[in-house]
Amino acid sequence: MTLTVKEKKDVEIEISEAWCKGCVICVDYCPHDVLIMERGKAKVANLAACTACMLCELHCPDFAIVVRDKSKE
Amino acid sequence: MFNYDQYLRITKFPLIWCPGCGDGIVLKSLVRAIDKLGLEKDSVCMVSGIGCASRLTGYVDFNTLHTTHGRAMTFATGVKMAKPDLHVIVITGDGDATAIGGNHYIHAARRNIDLTVILFNNHIYGMTGGQVSPTTPKGMLASTAPYGSMDHTFNISGLAQAAGASFVARASVHNGVQLENYIAKAIQNKGFSLVEAMSPCPTAYGRRNRLGAGVDMIEDLKRDAVPYSKAKKMTPEELEGKVVTGIFINEEHPECRSEYQKIIDRFQKEK
Repeated sequence: MTLTVKEKKDVEIEISEAWCKGCVICVDYCPHDVLIMERGKAKVANLAACTACMLCELHCPDFAIVVRDKSKE
Repeated sequence: MFNYDQYLRITKFPLIWCPGCGDGIVLKSLVRAIDKLGLEKDSVCMVSGIGCASRLTGYVDFNTLHTTHGRAMTFATGVKMAKPDLHVIVITGDGDATAIGGNHYIHAARRNIDLTVILFNNHIYGMTGGQVSPTTPKGMLASTAPYGSMDHTFNISGLAQAAGASFVARASVHNGVQLENYIAKAIQNKGFSLVEAMSPCPTAYGRRNRLGAGVDMIEDLKRDAVPYSKAKKMTPEELEGKVVTGIFINEEHPECRSEYQKIIDRFQKEK
């Protein structure tokens, strides 16, 4: 049996630098290491690994992350 | 993505809360719950007291009322009595509701008035300088307890239950979806509804007690959370230091404003 993992190329992650306070919650929640910290702010490092699970968007206390899953729009 | 902007006062952003504070997660859950229920913005009134949590009303685009310390529930009772069609949501903290406003809190629950109370429990008075609150665990440090708090803590949810609330639930910010569902159920319930949201305070509580940053404190909440169904089978010793999450009570009984309406109707008929 083969397991096909559908790669999601149509995901967009928007991070507001002005609102991000660098609390690291998004980086901690991300199950696929999509996000990293750079100079005290969250940054997208590996967009291809994103499955649009929305955990970062759900738990960002500062409304700084928006994940757009275009396949659902 | 979820469009939060329509419910927020974007010009007031960024939020005042510290990095790692969980209050923003509760705000998000609250906004999603209101959106899920499809409530009109003008049909919601949010009332808050004083404290970090109570700053929430400044960021949301509903009818909002920022009141005096501990008295959020008295103002909310007035709003509900005068405008029974409004969905009145009280935003308060553990110090605000259970210490300074303790009396108002238990009596609002006793009357079973149709309020939805979102109580942020971070174990400390964050905004006023880290003083010990009725929920600071025994032995933990605070600015007014330099050798550790020596008192027992309030079980906020248990208190509401005992006083006569009709919906009582506890959730933690580590699970935003659960929090959203409980808030939605609390708003739908006719009667006094309490959602106790466990939230970390990395600045006033975490730093003094060496609990790490906000993200570490959220990890701790995740580790310590025990579902209510499982907690029922555990002994008090096993539950030591745990946070029981779930819906503790969800039952209908006579609601204050409806009972008052019955009296109004009776006298208007006699007139």
